[in-house]
Amino acid sequence: MKAEDIWAMLEDVTDPEVPVLTVVDLGVVRDVQFVSKDHWKIIITPTYTGCPAMQVIEEDIKARLAKENITVDVELVLSPAWTTDWLSQDGRRKLEEYGITPPQDEGDKSVLFGKKPVIPCPLCKSKNTRLISQFGSTACKAHYQCNDCQEPFDYFKCLK
Amino acid sequence: MTKQEALFEFLLRKADDSLILGHRLSEWCGHGPILEEDIALTNISLDLIGQATELYKYAAEVEDKGRTEDDLAFLRIEREYKNVLLVEQLNGDFGKTIVRQFFFDHFEHLLYEGLMNSKDERISAIATKTIKEVKYHLRHSSEWIIRLGDGTEESHDRVQASVKDLSRFINELFYQDEVEEILIKEGIIPDVKEFRVAFENNIEKILEEATLKLPEEKWQLTGGRKGVHSEHLGYLLAELQYMQRTYPGMEW
Ligand SMILES: [Zn+2]
Repeated sequence: MKAEDIWAMLEDVTDPEVPVLTVVDLGVVRDVQFVSKDHWKIIITPTYTGCPAMQVIEEDIKARLAKENITVDVELVLSPAWTTDWLSQDGRRKLEEYGITPPQDEGDKSVLFGKKPVIPCPLCKSKNTRLISQFGSTACKAHYQCNDCQEPFDYFKCLK
Repeated sequence: MTKQEALFEFLLRKADDSLILGHRLSEWCGHGPILEEDIALTNISLDLIGQATELYKYAAEVEDKGRTEDDLAFLRIEREYKNVLLVEQLNGDFGKTIVRQFFFDHFEHLLYEGLMNSKDERISAIATKTIKEVKYHLRHSSEWIIRLGDGTEESHDRVQASVKDLSRFINELFYQDEVEEILIKEGIIPDVKEFRVAFENNIEKILEEATLKLPEEKWQLTGGRKGVHSEHLGYLLAELQYMQRTYPGMEW
């Protein structure tokens, strides 16, 4: 058993709140370390400090590897802090196909009243959209609406 | 007081701030004025409780007496909670909740920016994580202050009354005693006195845009850091601790 085999198994573990993404796509799995035969250590990091999905992710990782008779210790680390830059290209594409706009480069770093970023509609691709709320259905998403096709949609917000 | 004792006390103070405010905001669940704000306030609540969890975990390790983060959150009596009085104040109307959050977010933003440079690696890691969330909270509360203050006559008057009421708790955010003195000397926490002016400039700029004013009256309340609270905290704790007191040791 090699680390890459473990990584491949982790590709089967999806985020409980955004099931189209795997924990690898999301960048939540930081490292996979060999401990002893059939025993590995998995390092994960939370997206948001209060993310209620982390415990489920830990359980799901253990359950997936238990199928191969592998036991794991899951360690949660805070540093370096998770950023949406760790979302894989594949993950970004999957998000958009699923109807969630992936994080856009928001450019302006000012905390207050910076220029509003352009967030395209995942359905009709229009750039004419408006922010409904910075806080969406989960901690990692904001709520937008398309002014052209009128569809409301989630935006996976940029966290840097 | 040893450095270890000071560190434990500081972590408890900040964890209690986040837990109590997080609990207060959770009271909005299902009662928000509009669906989007119901979701926003509970999202912020969740962030705060997540931050509190990290701080309590570290506090429990520093204390090293076998207590866990849950023991610290659920099994202390009122006088042992060290949060500032601001965070335990009642939600009031939506505007009052926003004003309380506005003062708190502006303080937290400056504090956590400073804590990112802490010589204590664990605190620096928690701060680096937390600051990203605080920026969203800060933008949310500041935009609402402007919308409500510069809104209708009714919204202006209500939010102005809350600014007057809650500004009595601003000083306490900057409270310092032996705990902070020890940790500042060790390079573990920033000296909040150094950003008091920045804090005031930041909030005044937004209040001005919102056509709101801080009151001339400078009378201030304090006591939370020593465990002397307003009557509101006891009721909050009764609800917060109910399950653990009724079914000791219960887990989800
Ligand atoms: Zn559209």
